[in-house]
Amino acid sequence: MTQTSLGESVVQKEIHSQAQNNGVAANITHTQPLWLLAEVTYRCPLHCAFCYNPTDYDKHTQNELTTEQWIQALRDARKMGAIQLGISGGEPLLRDDIEDIVIEAKKLGYYSNLITSGVGLTEKRIQAFKDGGLDHIQLSMHDITEEINNFITNTRTFELKKKVAAMIKNHGYPMVLNVVIHRYNIGHIKEILEMAEALGADYVELANTQYYGWSLVNRSQLMPLKEQIDEAERITNEFREKVGNKMKIFFVVPDYFGNRPKKCMNGWGEVFMIVTANGDVLPCHSARVLPNMQFPNVRENGLEYAWKESPAFNKYRGTAWMKGPCVTCPEKMNDLGGCRCQAFLLTGDAESADPVCSLSPNHHLIEKAIEDSKNPVLASQPIIFRTDKNSKKYVAGDKERVEEFHALP
Amino acid sequence: MENNIQNSDVFAIALHHRFQWEEAQQSYVILFPEGMVKLNGGAGEVIKRVDGKASVSEIVADLKRTFPDVENIEKDIIGMFEMAYGKAWIRKL
Repeated sequence: MTQTSLGESVVQKEIHSQAQNNGVAANITHTQPLWLLAEVTYRCPLHCAFCYNPTDYDKHTQNELTTEQWIQALRDARKMGAIQLGISGGEPLLRDDIEDIVIEAKKLGYYSNLITSGVGLTEKRIQAFKDGGLDHIQLSMHDITEEINNFITNTRTFELKKKVAAMIKNHGYPMVLNVVIHRYNIGHIKEILEMAEALGADYVELANTQYYGWSLVNRSQLMPLKEQIDEAERITNEFREKVGNKMKIFFVVPDYFGNRPKKCMNGWGEVFMIVTANGDVLPCHSARVLPNMQFPNVRENGLEYAWKESPAFNKYRGTAWMKGPCVTCPEKMNDLGGCRCQAFLLTGDAESADPVCSLSPNHHLIEKAIEDSKNPVLASQPIIFRTDKNSKKYVAGDKERVEEFHALP
Repeated sequence: MENNIQNSDVFAIALHHRFQWEEAQQSYVILFPEGMVKLNGGAGEVIKRVDGKASVSEIVADLKRTFPDVENIEKDIIGMFEMAYGKAWIRKL
């Protein structure tokens, strides 16, 4: 032990997958993929309107990595320091080799998390996961009402989710619930938290919808009002006071309603690495929307090359890529200019400041989006659900609703 | 939550949390759903001894023996217990 006081300096890094701007310093000379997200398939039995998966996911459902390729990716990432493993999708349980992946993850020393809708989770499988050493299961819940659950997921899964929650608890797993918040359930925050408490939840993430992929297409229909978000946050804080440490509640504030952009993914290529179903390696969930980028693939050069050498991972590391107003901004190390995908999706220029920033010359686009969400005509447009059929349309170029967001201001 | 640490208290790593040495980072970490904490050397030495058996005073005595030159070590150790308990990384038995 050194003379260093143990007080505040104790924790060198405290990192949460959901938290933003949490003090993890930008450091382009020492990056480490602490978090590995394995999006093992884009296939999914649900059709959630807020899914962040790419709208053209259908073209990535072919050519999924094999079990052996996943196991190799796990080994390679672990050598580079990866420690938190998320097994996600799509719905990961649509693959029948999750059991093998879990066993390997345990062997390698990962803290592993299965991120699931619950569809496909059986007694037999959960027992195999427990025996294999899976550390926890994160279940998505949508609402306290059957109507809204079934509506927003475009499936009849409400009863199933309650059964799965009980199954997770019975197997001694921590109960981690993820609830994506949008206009249709934001009025039920108190009831959602009460449901979580009744189910014995240890962690609840109230994740306000972020607008990428399908949720961007449906933005005007999903976005709640600022007043609703403030009220939801107030109720959440009250609930937190009441339950204390027994149930940890994360409230992820939507960046559209803040003045400062989020430090997206804790910085491009700093701590997160995503391997997608077909082996593409990404620094963030939606990076594939960015133009003129060639993302590395595990089948070609492997993960170490992807993280350290690939032009894509180096492109937006640090601050060298910035232009005005970011480049001279005193806040630039706090937010690293915000989200590249959001900048591109909304302004057409991936290197511009995230328009969420009040200093961005394109900030009016955010104000307009907020205005549009109050527009009853736009709000009553039909929601476009995440289905293979709709995705095929996007692949085929039927993109009228998306191009509206790609257009330069 | 009451953070007052007594000498006779016995702590264990909290349920669903895992404490381990990370070779790639040359440090101890605590892992839990959706998060991780990287501990510096001193903090790691304290949490390493939290095993559900040793009392706070036994851990203090052990660390004093191991690091005889560190001044005010007891205060630092208790501070670490307070923080870890406050953050619910450890639980009182």
